[in-house]
Amino acid sequence: MISPLLLSLKLALVTSGLLFVIGLPVACWLAFTRFRLRFLVEALVALPIVLPPTVLGFYLLLAFGSRGWMGESWQRLTGHTLAFSFEGLVVGSVIYSLPFAVQPFTSALAAVDRRLLAASASLGAGRWRTFWRITFPLALPGIITGIALSFAHTLGEFGVVLMLGGNIAGRTQTASIAIYDNVQMLDYQAAARQSLTLIAISFALLVVIHALNRKRNWRLQ
Amino acid sequence: MSLPDFSRNDVRPNDVSASLQVEISLPLPHFQLQCSFQTRAEVVVLFGPSGAGKTSVLDCIAGFRSPHQGHITLGERTLFSSQSGSNLPVRRRRIGYLSQQPALFPHLTVRQNVGYGLLDLPPAERDTRVDSILERFRIAPLAASRPSVISGGEQQRVALARTLACEPELLLLDEPLSALDLTLKALLLELLFDWQRERAVPILYVTHEQAEAYTLSSRVLVMEAGRVVADGEPHQIFSAPVTRAQAALSGYENLFDVVVEETHPALGTMSCRINGTALLLESPLANLTAGDAASIAVRAGDILVATSRPSGISARNILSGLILSIEDRSAMVELRVSCEAPSVPAAELGAELRPGLPAGSHVEFRAHITRGSLQSLDLHSGQTVWLILKTHSIQLLRT
Repeated sequence: MISPLLLSLKLALVTSGLLFVIGLPVACWLAFTRFRLRFLVEALVALPIVLPPTVLGFYLLLAFGSRGWMGESWQRLTGHTLAFSFEGLVVGSVIYSLPFAVQPFTSALAAVDRRLLAASASLGAGRWRTFWRITFPLALPGIITGIALSFAHTLGEFGVVLMLGGNIAGRTQTASIAIYDNVQMLDYQAAARQSLTLIAISFALLVVIHALNRKRNWRLQ
Repeated sequence: MSLPDFSRNDVRPNDVSASLQVEISLPLPHFQLQCSFQTRAEVVVLFGPSGAGKTSVLDCIAGFRSPHQGHITLGERTLFSSQSGSNLPVRRRRIGYLSQQPALFPHLTVRQNVGYGLLDLPPAERDTRVDSILERFRIAPLAASRPSVISGGEQQRVALARTLACEPELLLLDEPLSALDLTLKALLLELLFDWQRERAVPILYVTHEQAEAYTLSSRVLVMEAGRVVADGEPHQIFSAPVTRAQAALSGYENLFDVVVEETHPALGTMSCRINGTALLLESPLANLTAGDAASIAVRAGDILVATSRPSGISARNILSGLILSIEDRSAMVELRVSCEAPSVPAAELGAELRPGLPAGSHVEFRAHITRGSLQSLDLHSGQTVWLILKTHSIQLLRT
């Protein structure tokens, strides 16, 4: 059976991986579009920051249930419900951590000097080549930051997980839920151990990211 | 008689593939951009005050902006046409664009920057092309460096090399040298003009400095508030000629102090005698009278070299001289030729010996020819050659 900590790490890894794939196109669109109503999309992406996790969790729970539109199609596709499953947690976490990935992605992409992109085009490069050879590498520090933030944010996620996943050991019991559980059962020692581990992992991750970005920025200028 | 073929005016002048036609209109915040012009494989200066719309014109040609109406064609290719609705994307236009900012990719090495436009070539071929261009622009030692550690002049050289590596069919230069000091300017211009002479590609050079406009080209388009208000040779457009220092830094290798001997208003020319010699040169007419002192400048690349005295030629200045030295430069060969006033006073020649003036004093000219010309003419030091200078290749300078 998978331990709560490992489950949290797995959830964070899958979530930040998905956010890279989903968030990058969204961020690209936000950074480069001249669409006037862009701010509406920006506000929508930022919503999970201000929303209480329980509110988000509540609506997702309704959608994920076997009578909810998402849950129904998921059940038809896979044969089991989305709520109270690892997959359900992943979907919830992706939505919940979306701004933590998309916002750093967007500002990093928007900060890439447009003259470099113009130069690339005049040297015969199409959009794809310009993106992967110029835009992406130059925005990489911000993209790494976004991935790290969404990873750390998912690692510490509580409200959404509780609403969506319940507390099923080995399936949906993440580290933060386990800590809460231990406190409820007055097992302060176990809670302290788990809390410390979580802090250590998150801190180590942020230290590595910032050190990497610093080295990279120094090399570029 | 064999004449080497390297003068700028002799390079494929009627080649359609190297001509640019622009007729565009575009509303800008303060005025309507409305301009039309044509160029061939020549250097044309787009001159005008800041905010006259020069950069907007370049942006339309490069494809960064679309005119509201009009058409732009390069050779036989239509880049933009509001009539047929065609608008070629920037990457397909094959136009080099260089502005004041080198815009080098900071995360790539000099070598990767220069090779960026050649990514579609097989690696081996790309390497060869990049090597030769790095060599030519004298940046080979920097190949592994990143742009942040090289100087501003080097960065601009890399940017020029990167642009030219793609073999553009048109080069747009938007004040590319205004951030550089004089020595670096001269070096870059030399590299640029050598390349232009070889490839016969049109260059549109934007500047708001009159001195630069004067020295760069024989054709200036003046823009004001979005329109081309004048089109002609610099001396027709500007009253004040350039200074000697400006000429020296913009690649005029031959500079002489002269005295005006005689003016020929009917012919639009005048005879100038090089100080301390009996050598006369026929130059374009300026607002000077006989006895006035002036300076003249001639580009080494504008001087033709012949191994026998040419006849039946329109050029007004034909000088015989001895080759002092032949120096191999990277892109061309520089001849140093010592000339003296000809012993045959021929009225149809602009250069003639006047009685009473010191004879036998020598004047040293520098002429640039291609390696191919050197081989086919089989030139060697000490050989007698004839230098041919068109009247309008002689640039009068302010003294």
